[in-house]
Amino acid sequence: MSDNPVFGRIQEDVNDNDVVLFMKGTPVFPQCGFSAALVQALTLLGVKFKGIDVLQDPSLREGIKEFSSWPTIPQLYVKGEFVGGCDIVREMYESGELGELMTNNGVETQSAA
Amino acid sequence: MRIQETIERKIAESLTPAHLEVINESHMHSVPPGSESHFKLVIVTDAFDGISRVRRHQQVHGILQKELKEDIHALSMQTMTPDEWTARGGEVMASPECLGGGKHDI
Repeated sequence: MSDNPVFGRIQEDVNDNDVVLFMKGTPVFPQCGFSAALVQALTLLGVKFKGIDVLQDPSLREGIKEFSSWPTIPQLYVKGEFVGGCDIVREMYESGELGELMTNNGVETQSAA
Repeated sequence: MRIQETIERKIAESLTPAHLEVINESHMHSVPPGSESHFKLVIVTDAFDGISRVRRHQQVHGILQKELKEDIHALSMQTMTPDEWTARGGEVMASPECLGGGKHDI
């Protein structure tokens, strides 16, 4: 890990919240189709999550890419673990793996399935 | 060389895919005509056998490191083994629509 000062803040956010979505815009007003797609998947699963808008802070916007070794936004964390970006999380949602991942991590979902 | 061709060549050389699609989706976004900013990749290769999705994507990010840094704004991809590709019936997910935010870089 590098000593990038923003890493401490990111670590705190992913430790303190079961499900964290680093995204462009907010869950109510996503600013990017890829971010909106993940908000929709999490909402359909009925998962409570914390959305963090990287557009509000250039150091976070760059820092999260280095923190996760992942060059794009959005990024999903569950229980402190990086799950993936838009494509991976959508695939997992469609296959049912995302719901399983939440359940296995003790994260409440409201989906009937 | 066009960015699309560069992507095709680099992926083909590194992963020897059984199936490869490099789709320029820039026209779906608010960029000038002829732009090469938004791409979708479909990569089917034995090289992904036994590797997690996150690691597969990271491999591709590594191969396209220079293009991601300098040229590409958004890169969507589906990474499959030949068995997974067959199981999906060779179908690819549609890409999300652009909402216009954060246009200037990734």
